[in-house]
Order: sequence, then C-alpha cells, then structure tokens
Amino acid sequence: MPASLQSMQGPYFGDFGGRFVPEALVAALDELEIEYRKASIDPEFQAELARLQRDYTGRPNPLTEVPRFARHAGGARIFLKREDLNHTGSHKINNVLGQGLLVKRMGKSRVIAETGAGQHGVATATVAALMDLECVIYMGEEDTRRQALNVARMRLLGAEVIPVTLGTRTLKDAINEALRDWVANVDSTHYLLGTVTGPHPFPEMVREFHKVIGTEAREQILAATGELPDAVVACVGGGSNAMGIFSGFLDDPGVRLYGFEAGGEGIDSGRHAARFSGGFPGVLQGTRSFLLQDDDGQTLPSHSVSAGLDYPSVGPQHAFLHEIGRVDYQPITDDEAMEAFRVLCRTEGILPAIESAHALAGAIKVGQELGPDATVIVNLSGRGDKDVTTAAKWFGLLDPETATETLEGDL
Amino acid sequence: MSTPVTSPAPGILTGKRLDELRSQGRAALIGYLPVGFPTVAESVIAARTLVEAGADILELGIPYSDPVMDGATIQHAVDSALQAGVRVRDVFDVVSAVADLGAPTLVMTYWNPVLRYGVEAFARDLSASGGAGLITPDLIPDEAGDWIEASDRHDLDRVFLVAPSSTPERLSMTARACRGFVYAASTMGVTGERTTVGAKAEDLVAATRAAGGEHVCVGLGVSTPQQAADIARYADGVIVGSALVRPLLDDAPFADRIEHLARVTSGLAAGVRHARTGTAQ
Repeated sequence: MPASLQSMQGPYFGDFGGRFVPEALVAALDELEIEYRKASIDPEFQAELARLQRDYTGRPNPLTEVPRFARHAGGARIFLKREDLNHTGSHKINNVLGQGLLVKRMGKSRVIAETGAGQHGVATATVAALMDLECVIYMGEEDTRRQALNVARMRLLGAEVIPVTLGTRTLKDAINEALRDWVANVDSTHYLLGTVTGPHPFPEMVREFHKVIGTEAREQILAATGELPDAVVACVGGGSNAMGIFSGFLDDPGVRLYGFEAGGEGIDSGRHAARFSGGFPGVLQGTRSFLLQDDDGQTLPSHSVSAGLDYPSVGPQHAFLHEIGRVDYQPITDDEAMEAFRVLCRTEGILPAIESAHALAGAIKVGQELGPDATVIVNLSGRGDKDVTTAAKWFGLLDPETATETLEGDL
Repeated sequence: MSTPVTSPAPGILTGKRLDELRSQGRAALIGYLPVGFPTVAESVIAARTLVEAGADILELGIPYSDPVMDGATIQHAVDSALQAGVRVRDVFDVVSAVADLGAPTLVMTYWNPVLRYGVEAFARDLSASGGAGLITPDLIPDEAGDWIEASDRHDLDRVFLVAPSSTPERLSMTARACRGFVYAASTMGVTGERTTVGAKAEDLVAATRAAGGEHVCVGLGVSTPQQAADIARYADGVIVGSALVRPLLDDAPFADRIEHLARVTSGLAAGVRHARTGTAQ
C-alpha cells in the first residue's frame, strides 16, 4: 500500500494504469511528463496557475450548505462544492488551464481534445482562445445532437468542432479520433485529454490539476463545521471531478468516499455506464482499468442520460481505489439522477449538470444511511444550463409546439 | 511452470523466411487482411489468394472495436466483420486454414482481445494453430512482460513497432524485444493509402538496424508497386494493408473482388521482386 493515496504517482496504480499506446506517442508522453514534473516544482508556473484560477476561473468557489435539499437526504448536513460557478460552468477549466500553460512551455501551437457533454470541449476552446492556440475538438455525432448549444459555444470561441461518425459516435469514438490526429501531428500538437484516464502521465497530471477542489473543500468544511466531513460524494465518468475532490480526503481514513457511476436504465438492462458493477479489468485508450467489454474484449456501448458519464472505461486510480475498497462505487439510474436534479432545482434554486445530479442522488442515499448527525460534501461538478433541453424533454415541460421548435432549433 | 511447448513447423518462423529471401537478394511482401471480412470463410479465400499471388508473409488482423492505429479503410472492414459476428477465436481457424501454403502467418491485434482471452491461452492456441506470432500496435515492450514470457514459452515471434519519433534508446530496447522483425512505421500516422511514403522511413530503417534490429520491415501508407519497390531496396519487408483491403470493400461479386485482390497483390509482389534489379514497372 502506498504511503499516501492522494499523492500516488503513475504510471501504475496497483495493477492499473500504464501506457498502452502506439510507440509513435511515447516520445510525446515522455516530453509531457518531464515538462509536467518540472512545472510542478517551478514557483513561477505555480504562481501563474494560481493567478489564473483566481482572476479567470473565479476560485476559490464557495462551499454552499443546502438545508432544504438536505431534508430529502435523511436530514444530514449537506454542503455543495460549487464547481458549477467556475468560468465555463464546470470543474473542467482547472485541468485545461494547467495543461494550457504546459502547452505554452512546450512551444506547441495546436491543441486537440475530445468532448462528451461538451464541458471539456468548451473549457478547451476557452483556454485556446485565451492562450492563442489553434483548437480542434472531436465530438461524437450523437453527442453533437444531444449538446448542440455547446457545439455553438465552442465555435463562437474559435474552435473547429469535428463530429465523429465512426463506431458508436459518442465520447469513446471521439477519443479514438483525437488519438489518430495526435499520432499524425504530434510535433505541433498537444492532446489536451479531459479526464484522469489515458496513458501516463495523464491520470496523475489531470488529478493534480483538479486537486484544488479537494484542498479548498477541506479548508472550507473545517472553517464551517470545525470537523472533517463524514462523507464526500462525486459522480464518476472518466473520474476527474471525483479524483479532484477525493484528493483532499483520501488520506483521512475517517472520511467515507463515494463515487456514483451512471446506472442508466439499470444494471440488469445492460444499458448503463457502471464499470464497477458491470465491467472487468482490461485495456482501453492507453490505460489498464475497469471497462465495459464482452467476452472477446470488444468494448461495449455505454448508456446514460448524461453525455458526460457515457464512457465505457474509468480512470485507473479509481480502479485501484475500488480494488482496495477505499472508495465505494455505486450506480445511479437515469430516473434517480433526474429526480435529484428536480429536487435541487426546486429546493435550492440551483440547476445542476445532469452528471452532478448523479452525485446528488448518491448524497440522498448516503445521507439517509448516515442519518441527521452526518455531514456530507457533494461535488457539484457543473451547472445544468447545457442540459435544459434534455431536462425539459424528460419532465415534459414544453407544450408540444414549443417543444418541437426548441428541440429542432437545438438540433 | 511446466512448459509443454508446441513447436511450430520447422522453417516457417518469420525471421527464417526473411533470411531466405535476403539470400535471394530481395525483400518480403507482407500482406494484411482482417479475419472475418467479409465473412470468416471468405477471409480464408482472400488470405490464400494473397499468398498465391505473391505475398511472402501473411498478417491477419483481429477485428477490434477501437482500432486507434487504423485509418478509414481498415476501420470500415473491421466494423463490418464485427457486425457480421466475427469472434476472436475465429483467427485460429483462419490461421490453420492457410498453414499448408507455408507462408509465415502473423496475427495483428490490439491488446485487449488478447488480455481478455488470456495471454498464455492465446499464445498456446496460436502456436497450436500454426501461427508464427503477433504484431501488437498498441502494446509497447515496456508493458509486454506477460506476452514476452508466453511467446518465449511457445516459440512465437513478437513484432513491436518503432516510429520516426522513437529515440535511439527506445529503438535499441524495442529491437531487443522483437523476434521475427521490427515493424518500422514509415510515417507519423495511422494506416491508409498515401501518395507518398514518408522520407523518414529509410532513415528509420537504418537507425533501427544500427540499434540492433536484425530484420526491419516497413509499413503504413504503402499502396503502389513503385512505393513497394522503393522500400524493398532498403528494408527486409514491405507491409501493405489498406491497398489490399480496398478491393474487398467493393460492391462487386466476391469472385471479382478476389480477382481484383490478386491483381493488386501481383503488382506489389513484382515491385518487391524487382526492386534491387531495377526492373520495377
């Protein structure tokens, strides 16, 4: 067992992680790791990143107690870590600013990225505009339809958005296309991977750029309650927001940690993205982790109402934390997530991303289990503006004529 | 561990064949086709056609859902094979069904299908079916400990890739880990036909030889007899994939597609055979 779970270094997290990539990419990964290690002890880099986090992102963001929501969660004290209030509307900006600064240090002029819900694509397009980088975003064609507004946002910011029409046309296929682009253009191009997976050094590096979430949350909860929380909960797609907030608490054995995956239409339906309930260890897109796969090792399609959780694999450090039992990973169905989405809107006036609504649904369960004396932090990883169409459709809030207009307008 | 080793038929190991061809003063034509495309039975016919039309070594690909090193042509073929229901274990039947032709037969596979099958079980079954070894585009020697052990136990070749971006240290490490040949990627990119093959390929072959590579074959982008001839001047083998798959993606009756495949293969084979005598057409 490593001395510190929250500072584990790659390439391996127990049996997971590594670099399962074409040889052509190894030199670029080595260069990236060297630059990242230098930057992480360079006071100038750290100061510049801290300045951007404060003046551009708006950090620290608040830790908001939500007592009316908490009544639905067994009366436990519930606090939300407000990543939704960051510039661009989610936690994704934390990682993108860090990698953007590294791109400048490496002297590269072009960034490419994958996006599912569009949050990482928007964050990348934003930072590319800020740092004067050429930007190409790969997005599954299915997702460009589910998240049409984010496609427009990325284009407004100057990015080229390429719909991916191969395979299942979702996040996984967007990553394949980004990898193909990277192999061909690695001299000029950095692949700005958006989560804590992929080949080393991405899982460790992306976690470190998100560690600020956990560091702030820890200070804020101590200031608010004088104690560490009983539990910290987050949603887990690739797992970057979860690794970020867990990083503040992994070495505190008294703090229970929960990761909520997309249970889709239920594990038994086969239509879900719950890698720890329905997956097995394997290799996908550069790393060894848990993944949804068939008996032949072919990747199975995932399903979730939330595009951002719709991914068949998960970061390798999560696989390790699952295996050693430090984090409890559970599925949340589409129905449960949308109900929690509705409750937060109506009790607190906060519209969460549907991804984050999975964490809220998890918090309701955890709060009921731990009871009214417990304190729970929920990472509210993003805001739900991008999900208004999906939610309106889900709850039947638009009259048929408007619905047709709005939905088609979005397509 | 006890090692009941199934020895492959003498003389069919890839390195041996490359040595024979070298002594004849020419490079090898290595032809790729995906197993199960258009169907498993038809992929046997296609593979036999390749050898009969002049390919010296076969590279049979296992269709995979996430082929990150492949361009559009091969992606379409493997997608269609997967939709038609091809299974990983079908590769062993196809390898057996071409074994009588005497061409060393390597299997090209992304790593997860082998992991899921079990590395040791896969090596055992590949060896038993007469396969020569594996080409692994997303497995670098650094991550290949289990496969290196299993391939040693079963006398299988293991072909890793080098790229124009590989450092001298990695060229030498990879050359040491390979058996059969080192696969030199002609260019930074994925599979697919290209009008020009990277100028860096010749330098990469020279650097790989200097780093200890006994046999070095070049692939990615090779599609015409002239390109094959150019590469055959300096490499031990010319690897062609997409240009052979394309005739099979046609809508024409299967017999016509096979005839087309044979024509393309003979053209490439002629290019390879005449490269060093200066009579390539």
